[in-house]
Amino acid sequence: MMSKPNPTDRKYTKEHEWAKNNGDGTITMGITDHAQELLTDIVFVELPAIGKRVRQMEPVAVVESVKSVSDVYSPVSGEVVAVNSILEEHPELVNQDAFGEGWMVKLTMEDPLELNNLMDASGYEEMIKEVKH
Amino acid sequence: MKKTQLFDRHLELGAKVIDFGGWAMPVQYTNVIEEHQATRTKAGLFDTCHMGEIEVKGPQAFELLQWVSSRNLAEQAIGQMKLSVITNEGGGIIDDVTIYRLGEEHYMIVTNAGTREKDYSWIERQRKERGLNGVQVTDISNETGKLDLQGPLAQSILQNLASDDLTPLQYYHAVHARIADVPVLISRSGYTGENGFEIYVESKMVGTLWDSLLETGAGSGLKPAGLGARDTLRLEAGMMLYGNDIDETITPLEVVYGWITDLEKEFVGSDALRRLKQAGITRKIVGFVMEERGIARHGYKVFKENKEIGEVTSGTFTPTLQKAVGFAFVPTSYSEQGTEIFIQIRDHFSRARVEKLPFYRRKK
Repeated sequence: MMSKPNPTDRKYTKEHEWAKNNGDGTITMGITDHAQELLTDIVFVELPAIGKRVRQMEPVAVVESVKSVSDVYSPVSGEVVAVNSILEEHPELVNQDAFGEGWMVKLTMEDPLELNNLMDASGYEEMIKEVKH
Repeated sequence: MKKTQLFDRHLELGAKVIDFGGWAMPVQYTNVIEEHQATRTKAGLFDTCHMGEIEVKGPQAFELLQWVSSRNLAEQAIGQMKLSVITNEGGGIIDDVTIYRLGEEHYMIVTNAGTREKDYSWIERQRKERGLNGVQVTDISNETGKLDLQGPLAQSILQNLASDDLTPLQYYHAVHARIADVPVLISRSGYTGENGFEIYVESKMVGTLWDSLLETGAGSGLKPAGLGARDTLRLEAGMMLYGNDIDETITPLEVVYGWITDLEKEFVGSDALRRLKQAGITRKIVGFVMEERGIARHGYKVFKENKEIGEVTSGTFTPTLQKAVGFAFVPTSYSEQGTEIFIQIRDHFSRARVEKLPFYRRKK
């Protein structure tokens, strides 16, 4: 299976999350297409409450496949301002469109400089390749 | 990790491989839901070579098996198989097995993958302690390959390659035949809740058999299916998984094996089990269906009126029912169908309801 290309308009974590800077002090985040491929069969997404505060790389959501339970980590420190509640009824959207309709959480950024700790698309691709070999 | 004869074939099919009781086994080829649905609606082919086979042969074979097995085997006909439990002196479950009677003084015990060595030593020990010299116990797992072909189209697929008419083969009975010219032992049985077959073959021929079945079945929608689908299928069918739901700390009377535990006969653990029954069974395994969001998993705690009352042993989201279901141990007083219980999922409690097993029963 071939993953979809990783969009260059966003940043990536080692734990396979993406974060897109919305330019208004918030980011939108989700898991990568590579991550959904590894998980397969996503049957449940647990989203945080609006207003929840998290530190960078703390768990912010949970995805479950038929077989496994995985934490989703927040790419930045901040406060949850929106969640994609369609995923509660349609978790399969994460499989179908991880970078688009499968987005999970929107957060305010406490410190936009934290984005510099993340990888760009090519760095993320390098990392996946190394893991595969 | 140990590998079955089919390991390279699994890799070629793109399987994701996991460690299952020391075996490198395919958990899925494409995805669990697809393989589950294929088995429910068409057919699935499972590599079950990792399971153990122990041959018990000789004039005292029956006597030995009657002693190690919770089930009364007195009425077992040649060609018939029986689900049974092997218990220790305390009545704890050493393994759940099937026992095939292949001849007058010839039986085969089929064990779980992780329990094979333990079962063999246990049976040998019982044989020696009882002074049963007229019986040989042999671990034939290495020479024995096994495939499970399961699903509504399993019979028509197998029939294409079979030397004999499979129609007369009854549920939980076995017959020697040739499939694609390979000599096999076939039983109508399985671990999915579907009609289907367990096929035993000389280990070095299992690859040939696997290839022939996949080729013949492809047009009917047969798919290779991994341990992921095997788990969701057996869960829907209300079947126990050794090491997950049951182990040596649990007795057959507390799970779904009361009916195959004959307390009228003498076997290892029968005294302890009679005492337990006399004193009253205090906990039971039950099925439950989640009524609020969340998927219960192995090890999650069960609550009632803010008190912890038990633990989930198996839980998943089932593809056929499209619900989160599971098994849990609860006090007998909360084991009635319809009882409301709560499962702790991370930081919250989700409502569930005790449900009769199995969750899924095929239409006949």
